[in-house]
Amino acid sequence: MKDLFAVIMLSGIYGLLSASFFVAMDAVDVAFTEASVGAGISTLLMLVAITMTGRTEHPVNHKPLLALAVVIVTGGLLIYGTLDTPYFGSAQAPIHQHVAPRYINDSMQEVGVPNIVTSVLASYRGFDTFGEVVVIFTAGIGVLALLSMVYRPRVTDKDTGKDTVDIDTFNDSMHEKHLILRIVSKILLPFIMLYALYVQFHGDFGPGGGFQAGVIFAAAIILYTMLFGINTASRVINLSLIQILAATGVLIYGSVGLVSLLNGKNFLDYSALSTDPIAGQHLGILLIELGVGITVASVMVIIFFNFAERRESIHGVENNAENCSKENDEAQSAKIP
Amino acid sequence: MDMLMQITSALFLLIGSFLCISGGLGILRFPDFYTRLHAVGVTDTLATAMILIGLMLQNPDGLVIVKLLIILLMTLFINPAASHALAQAAMQNELMPVLDKKDTNGKVTSSNP
Repeated sequence: MKDLFAVIMLSGIYGLLSASFFVAMDAVDVAFTEASVGAGISTLLMLVAITMTGRTEHPVNHKPLLALAVVIVTGGLLIYGTLDTPYFGSAQAPIHQHVAPRYINDSMQEVGVPNIVTSVLASYRGFDTFGEVVVIFTAGIGVLALLSMVYRPRVTDKDTGKDTVDIDTFNDSMHEKHLILRIVSKILLPFIMLYALYVQFHGDFGPGGGFQAGVIFAAAIILYTMLFGINTASRVINLSLIQILAATGVLIYGSVGLVSLLNGKNFLDYSALSTDPIAGQHLGILLIELGVGITVASVMVIIFFNFAERRESIHGVENNAENCSKENDEAQSAKIP
Repeated sequence: MDMLMQITSALFLLIGSFLCISGGLGILRFPDFYTRLHAVGVTDTLATAMILIGLMLQNPDGLVIVKLLIILLMTLFINPAASHALAQAAMQNELMPVLDKKDTNGKVTSSNP
């Protein structure tokens, strides 16, 4: 398929479908992440990317026979490998024998969080999650290093050379373009942000947590940026503050680990945080989920802003008419979980 | 009373499912983008509302009804806005609707084969 827009839409649909089958397999946390990350924000970021690269794939002259052969051989090997795996839902499968029984039986006494997924993710496997957060942070730094612009184009008055966007003229001009979309999204924005906070702090008790909450929060900011233009959004959102916040999230996570290390327990063993081990676990999980949420949201906003600024410097300001169909997909996918 | 609730709920669910199917049929059968959007945009909003109301009647429990009401409110906001955004984007990119017109021989020609 040569049309990249259709390819991106198909991958978004694939993300949503796989979220549905995760729900069907009772993995609601994974489904939630897949719906918000796979169907929502990655589709959005790729859409922003093709507004810079162009919509159609560059035609190639050679026939990729070698690649086809590699794909067929690898696929065949993978299918051959599945013959040896245990049957779906089999209780004798090795994955159900190793550490899973301990998590299911003891996590209520050891961690005391009703959502076992959260206690595994944040407490038992806290170090792995730390690695994931660092990966996301590194991705943000990479985008900053590659795409960051020293010169930011601004809307300036040609005569006086200073910002003309004073608040009254802005309120009038708001009703000229995308009137319906702007009003509807203004109504929805507080609810999207509130929902993100609910997902963030309800992660101990139900599906949710820092990753999903951060993505949903970032989606709200990105929706605002798409509809009102990057110049308006950068008056609301201080990008250098966001960059500091991205580092702060990782720092919070690491500091919690260091505090438990200094209190004489293992790295990221939260029972050292309080006299009561269970209360310590609760506090630790809350803090590291907060760190995860802050980092994820900030990195997503950083990536989007750098893409969008690069794009505006290529195409010129106020060329975002074609964007208006996209943000509602995003708003919907943020609501779907 | 319980019986009545069940019957009403089933009725709402049936209407909702019928509207979903008719919307899907519209996507497949209608000739161009705008009529397809019309089919799915109109029926989907109503169908979602019907199905959600049917589910509310199924489960007369406080918290569930509140959650379903919030979802209903959100879809009532988002669905029409999304349809509007799609139509506006298509219009701005100069996608013209199919307008069949009769030429001099009285034969119907389609402007968009």
